[in-house]
Amino acid sequence: MSGPGEQAEGGAGDTLLEVRDLHTRYSVRGSFFDRLKGRESGSVHAVDGVTLDLRRGEVLGLVGESGSGKTTLGRTLLGLVEASSGSIRLEGDELTGRSEAEMRPLRQRMQIVFQDPHASLNPAMTIGALVADPLRFHKLVSGREELRARAVEALERVGLAPASEFLDKYPTDLSGGQKQRAVLARAIILGPDVLVADEPVSMLDMSVRAKILELMLELKDELGLTYIYITHDLATAKFFCDRIAIMYLGRIVEIGPAPEIYARPEHPYTAALLRAIPEPDPRRTVPRDLPRGEVPDAVIPPLGCPFHPRCPKAFEVCGWESRDLRTLLEERWTRLSQDDYERERALIGDLDLLDQPATEVLLPAAEGGAGEEAAEVLEAMRAETPDDPFWSGVAATTVEPGGVRVRFETPREPRDIAVGRSVVHCHLHDPGAIAEAERIRSGKGEDA
Amino acid sequence: MNANGNGNGEPILDVHDLRVWYGTGGEPVRAVDGVSFSIGAGETLGLVGESGCGKSTLGRGVLGLLPDAAAVDGSVRFAGRELVGVSQKEMHDMRGPELGLIFQEPMTRLDPLQTIEAHFREALHTHRPELDKEEVRRRSLEALAGMGIPRTRFAQYPHEFSGGMRQRIMIALALVLEPKVLIADEPTTALDVIVEAQILGILADLRRNFDTAILLITHNLGIVAEACDRVAVMYAGEIVEEGDAREVFAEPAHPYTRELLRSTISLETTGLNYIPGAPPSLINPPPACRFHPRCPSAMRVCAELHPIEVRAPAGQRVSCWLHGPESEIPPGGREELERRQFLEAEEA
Amino acid sequence: MRQRRLSRWLGPIRESTGVSRWILWSGVAIVAFFVVLAIFAPLLAPYGFDQVSDAAGRFPKQGSPDGTHPLGTTVGSYDVLSRVIWGARTAIEVVLLAVVFSLVVGVPLGLFSGYTGGRADRVLVLIMDALFAFPYILLAIVIAFLLSDKLGQGVITAAVAITAVYVPQYFRVVRNHVISVREESYVDAARALGAPRRTIISRYILQNVVQSVPALATLNAADAILTLAALGFLGYGIQPTDAAEWGYDLQRAIDDAGAGIWWTGLFPGLAIVALVTGFTLLGEGLNDVINPLIRARSTAKPDIPERPGGGIGEGAALPPADPPPSSDDARGP
Repeated sequence: MSGPGEQAEGGAGDTLLEVRDLHTRYSVRGSFFDRLKGRESGSVHAVDGVTLDLRRGEVLGLVGESGSGKTTLGRTLLGLVEASSGSIRLEGDELTGRSEAEMRPLRQRMQIVFQDPHASLNPAMTIGALVADPLRFHKLVSGREELRARAVEALERVGLAPASEFLDKYPTDLSGGQKQRAVLARAIILGPDVLVADEPVSMLDMSVRAKILELMLELKDELGLTYIYITHDLATAKFFCDRIAIMYLGRIVEIGPAPEIYARPEHPYTAALLRAIPEPDPRRTVPRDLPRGEVPDAVIPPLGCPFHPRCPKAFEVCGWESRDLRTLLEERWTRLSQDDYERERALIGDLDLLDQPATEVLLPAAEGGAGEEAAEVLEAMRAETPDDPFWSGVAATTVEPGGVRVRFETPREPRDIAVGRSVVHCHLHDPGAIAEAERIRSGKGEDA
Repeated sequence: MNANGNGNGEPILDVHDLRVWYGTGGEPVRAVDGVSFSIGAGETLGLVGESGCGKSTLGRGVLGLLPDAAAVDGSVRFAGRELVGVSQKEMHDMRGPELGLIFQEPMTRLDPLQTIEAHFREALHTHRPELDKEEVRRRSLEALAGMGIPRTRFAQYPHEFSGGMRQRIMIALALVLEPKVLIADEPTTALDVIVEAQILGILADLRRNFDTAILLITHNLGIVAEACDRVAVMYAGEIVEEGDAREVFAEPAHPYTRELLRSTISLETTGLNYIPGAPPSLINPPPACRFHPRCPSAMRVCAELHPIEVRAPAGQRVSCWLHGPESEIPPGGREELERRQFLEAEEA
Repeated sequence: MRQRRLSRWLGPIRESTGVSRWILWSGVAIVAFFVVLAIFAPLLAPYGFDQVSDAAGRFPKQGSPDGTHPLGTTVGSYDVLSRVIWGARTAIEVVLLAVVFSLVVGVPLGLFSGYTGGRADRVLVLIMDALFAFPYILLAIVIAFLLSDKLGQGVITAAVAITAVYVPQYFRVVRNHVISVREESYVDAARALGAPRRTIISRYILQNVVQSVPALATLNAADAILTLAALGFLGYGIQPTDAAEWGYDLQRAIDDAGAGIWWTGLFPGLAIVALVTGFTLLGEGLNDVINPLIRARSTAKPDIPERPGGGIGEGAALPPADPPPSSDDARGP
């Protein structure tokens, strides 16, 4: 996603890592219950066409909720998960398609720090052995003495000093922060260029998080590191990162310099995330008009823009479809009294017919019922929430004997659009999409 | 602001000098060590602290959900009734209709082989046997719909719901019995930020529309600021400061509260702050004031005498010698405490 | 560093308490007793295992216990005490060999299968499950029979036959354990750091998997004693001319029992029971001590803290109730 609007930020230099149209798919087997019910397994598009450049010396934040694909992206970059397609180049060297053995020499240049420091350290080895082990993997050092000397150096660099106190300890003897320091010592001992930090402080206590972040910034300056900081926490990312990429369902929906993302979030999802953070300030309250629902099932993602079902600013071309109709109908029903609900429910047939994504769908009337009755429910819905963005996506409704047929506007895939120094993956900034929506609106106006 | 309940002076939950110690085979772990607080009807008290400060143990202690290896001492009065020493059976009968609970991971609390509706049926049958079938159904459906669970999904099983939905189901399941006190232990920690905000909105509505008192246990100061009337700050098994949430956040009286607020990274953060050292072991906590080894304002008296609880200028209760009482501080006690510096390695 | 590692292994054993400690040490005592018998058999046994006569002439047939033959003699005129002592040597030898063989075969196969996964894993699991499903005594007999041509009916043959029975167990336990350890972050971390495959397997996986092996090996040893005895009893075990073997002796004693000659059957039988019990106790004890889950439960026994008089009242001044800190927190001068 390197738009023309992107220029080198202060301090950041040439491109170190080039990621182009990267895809990672996982095949998933359904749960035990799903399999019992004969539900087929599917594939999750965990990383869905990610393009980005990592510049030497910068801190790039990958921010997203669970299921956004941020962790899979980080693991794909390191070759821990195989990319399905696309390219990752580390200063010209292609990383995808390599075997484990071919990947090994490059591992000296890219390192990862995992979320759980405790789980990242082999409980059966001493800290000294763990920290020095990477040198043995790559046969960089031979001889006990030198290994020990290098381990001492790395431990002291991350503040585990005097190192002699830690060399012979086991991971269980250390506190959480100390363990994460040991993990960092291990990551820097090979002298990498890039460090992928996957939620490095989220399992640590509040009072010590800042200390580890500070250490990471020191290491970056001293050793000339470049970071990819993966997190769900926009607050630490704001402080820590030079640039931020916001991810949603495997895509980067917005990427740009951190100050601009926070000052002027362009994607509605970014804006919603920022407003949802509970701040330790009782004068501020979390707004109530938050996006509805949760991150949808990645096995069958929404049509068009993946965020459209939750987006307060979605409009005609964002990808409205059958499942959105069901969501809206069910939402209405939670607001009705039990009697009203039962009366309305009796008019509608099998709702599962709406579960297959389609841009044209029959809202079925109950068995033996007339199509007009289903249309009545649809009109009641429209009357209740006339301003819901959903209605903009409804192109036409026709009453048929078996129900009411709803046709949606043709979904449009969002494109990457440069806005200022950011790149946004949203129709709101795409003149083509806006123009099309205008056309649709004027067409509807004439009909009316 | 309903600092002491909705006008009717008597608190619904009154905890006095509660102690919960765990046996380990060696020295006991003093997870909760002399804690007192009270909650009025319709009030939300936030209990904050870092991991391992005893806040979850405190919640479980109030609910009588402690393992066999725990010893309890002190008093927990619920609506005038003493809960410490009550039999397991009686406690079990009270959990639900009197004391509701919401946990961090709802999936572990829902029976995977029962539909959502069946969970409600069972809860109501057990605790409200007088209700007839139709009424049970009506109440469960209203509770679920009220939490935004689609009505068509009431017959589904817990695994068919997302994390946020499950937490809504748990809240509905707790509320359908109309408990007087609701204890929520990190109810949003496993959730994404937008869903977390949705749940916080639900809790805020509860506060407004019901008479339920809520004890909200969390490590996230932001959530307390968002959802609580009052806040109690725990450190190493003790409550070090307690008072009106706005006052405490605006003018923290205890250095730990102050430093914790300063070290929390929020959107407003411009510089990194942290508290030197690490939270202490609860087996052998520091003597006198437990925070003194990490405290930037420590005085000589802090290492010698346990602080006495006083009212801070802004009205909150605080246990810190900085606020006196002057008469109890020995001569020279206010001098700065000379301490060894923390080694970098001990931080974190 | 070496010393620390050793003490880390032995630590839990030293710290074990209560029932598990008792079980462990009684197991150790019984097994040690038989090991001593086995090692010093030539010194401890009054006669050779196949000796039927000495300077004073041929031993009596089915002679009752007396001064020269404390446990009597068998129908073949062997000295029962000597046969029991030499039998201990056979049993320990066979079990030791069988355990070593099964470890050498089962553990690497389990490691490979679990770490590699895929088709190789499926095939191996299938083979091992088939072996496992086969009646074990029949399997041992078949193997013993097949090998008897090449290796004769000695200790090695018996050990290999027993090995075939136990390899699937080691394979299963190790493979399943590897599959869970393989998903640990530290294995991924080692991969990300560029650790070669064999290093990951040997340093990161094996080290965390082997803990489950000692307990399993000891429990299997108990079972192996029974299998060995069964083979001998059925006549497919060690030839009486090669070594003394309790199962064979039991079989020979069957007819004696009806005739009131109790000593020929009782003592080899007791030896089997005692050694099996010893290994079982040792195995269970190790299991309790090494398996952290069981350990956690045993340490979580209720331990009521004392309640100092005069609780912390609100506003009451408190002397430092806590013991002085062990650390060097400096106090004011």
